[in-house]
Amino acid sequence: MAGLLEVEALGMRFGGLVAVDGVSLQVNSGEVVSIIGPNGAGKTTVFNCISGFYRPTSGQVRLQGELIAGLPSHRVARKGLVRTFQNVRLFRNMTVVENLLVAQHTRTDTNLFSGLLKLPRFRRLEAEALERAALWLRLVGLRELANREAGYLAYGQQRRLEIARCMVTGPRLLLLDEPAAGLNPRETAELDQLILQLRTEHGVSVLLIEHDMKLVMAISDRIVVIDHGRPLATGTPEQIRRDPAVIKAYLGEA
Amino acid sequence: MALRLPNAADLRAALIAAGLTTVLTIPILGIDITVVGINARLSSDLGAPLIAVAAVFVARLLHAPLAAALGGFGALRLLPSAERMAGYRRPVLLVLIAILLLWPFATSRGAVDIATLALIYVMLGLGLNIVVGFAGLLDLGYVAFYAVGAYSYALLTDYFGLSFWTCLPIAGLLAAAFGCALGFPVLRLRGDYLAIVTLGFGEIIRLLLNNLDSLTGGPDGIGNIPKPTLFGLEFNRRASEGYTPFHEFFGIPYDGGQKVIFLYLLAALLVLVTLYAINRLIRMPMGRAWEALREDEIAARSLGLNPTSIKLSAFTLGATFAGFAGCFFAARQGFINPESFTFIESAIVLAIVVLGGMGSQMGVILAAVALTVLPELARQFEEYRMLIFGLVMVLMMIWRPQGLLPARRVRVELP
Repeated sequence: MAGLLEVEALGMRFGGLVAVDGVSLQVNSGEVVSIIGPNGAGKTTVFNCISGFYRPTSGQVRLQGELIAGLPSHRVARKGLVRTFQNVRLFRNMTVVENLLVAQHTRTDTNLFSGLLKLPRFRRLEAEALERAALWLRLVGLRELANREAGYLAYGQQRRLEIARCMVTGPRLLLLDEPAAGLNPRETAELDQLILQLRTEHGVSVLLIEHDMKLVMAISDRIVVIDHGRPLATGTPEQIRRDPAVIKAYLGEA
Repeated sequence: MALRLPNAADLRAALIAAGLTTVLTIPILGIDITVVGINARLSSDLGAPLIAVAAVFVARLLHAPLAAALGGFGALRLLPSAERMAGYRRPVLLVLIAILLLWPFATSRGAVDIATLALIYVMLGLGLNIVVGFAGLLDLGYVAFYAVGAYSYALLTDYFGLSFWTCLPIAGLLAAAFGCALGFPVLRLRGDYLAIVTLGFGEIIRLLLNNLDSLTGGPDGIGNIPKPTLFGLEFNRRASEGYTPFHEFFGIPYDGGQKVIFLYLLAALLVLVTLYAINRLIRMPMGRAWEALREDEIAARSLGLNPTSIKLSAFTLGATFAGFAGCFFAARQGFINPESFTFIESAIVLAIVVLGGMGSQMGVILAAVALTVLPELARQFEEYRMLIFGLVMVLMMIWRPQGLLPARRVRVELP
């Protein structure tokens, strides 16, 4: 079966430094796949290669069978692959709802004249965008804060807003870079629910980088372990938990 | 308000500032070149530098104590803050538009003429505000598009006899085309690099106009550019072939002032159209995208926004308004040459945007009016114009770095 996302023998080197070497992974429709590995293992580099922020030096990335490696990031996003960032990147001086409107840029009427003259199509698409924004704000529990400036939100709220901002673009695959970092246990549990809800109710597949093992083990269908830029193991949470190589990498040699 | 005495730190800062002023002023103010016969003789005159150094020393010495006594210069509320203005927006706007439209009927011909010039700068300021204020791209060659607009009209009417009203949209489109053509290669540059390239582009356009003698008349420029007509009515004593003069049509005596008032009202109309368009733009996806890109380009890209095309749209639209302004300028002057489009014009328009407050339309209008009207009022201080200009800029840095009327964001709210 062809996966939604297929990454084959991905390699990325910066000058003499090999950051990623021979990483392959696959995300099928409706799956939650996690990438784990020690700090500096190259997880975020893999993300940057997939989402078009880096052009991989070797290997291939396919989204629904279409080669996307080397495409600029905005083109990749338009194909339905959007991401969050390890350090939340919101438009901090814009309001919460405006953050969601910007994200729907490609879904609104960007024609100059229909906007200047407020043509019916423009009004309709703007109204739809606002509605979709309101819907997603309710879903991530930020409806009350819609008119607040994004920079003033608490950290956990900013993380949720970033996910909502991805979702309003109508993605097929969501890449989350350490979404639980800096969250307290209760917020992490909520995030856990949210990610599962995205998959079951909104038909999005999720590729996740995460350090919180409890979260990873709870929601992942499959896990890819990377160490020093190289693939270490791939399997279900149960397999990974027992894999001697993984245990060695994480706990050191006994 | 207790003024504390300057302390050692103030003294040191004042000494450094005074030292710097000494270095800067002595070569400029302290040396006189007098021409005796065929020889130039240098003589030194330390009076002026001494005054400058003393003034800077005292100002710097008292700066910190004064700031402390006033609770910071930002606390000086000589101008209303954006928040306090918010409630009065609509009435203030209506009063301003009323003044704008009634102005020519209540004042002298000279005042109307100056006001027309001010309106041209308002248009330029508003256009550049799109590029610098909203999209955050520093453009130092904005005058190039102004020149393109002016020459579009001058050349099209000269070679093909096209009317002002036909040329106005063409001038806008041509300026837009130039904006697009320049923007495409250079918008991948950032900050200072972009500023330098646009600066160069502005000069290239001026030099081209200066040297393409066969087409543009070179430094001699183009004269006899016809004034705009009002639905085919001309504002001359005797109309040219096939036209009727305005005064004959209405059966009123000829008055040279009619033309001036008409040009003023035309400029006012263009400004109102510009304002409307820009107010729509910042509420459109395009305007939101400019702001998003200015705030975080990486996040914007990750959401499918194409940074090149969005920056290009800001650049192109800004150029378009300069094109309109240029077309009107050519029509009003009746004569243009490359001298009108030097770098100093770009600098003045940029100063208008910065002085008014980047992204603030009311601020830009206020600054444009101030920077065109004040020099006219202070003709007798002509020689000190640049000095006063510099002083105002320094005071602005201290007192209101965000501009005269800082921008208040247009917010989309969800009920």
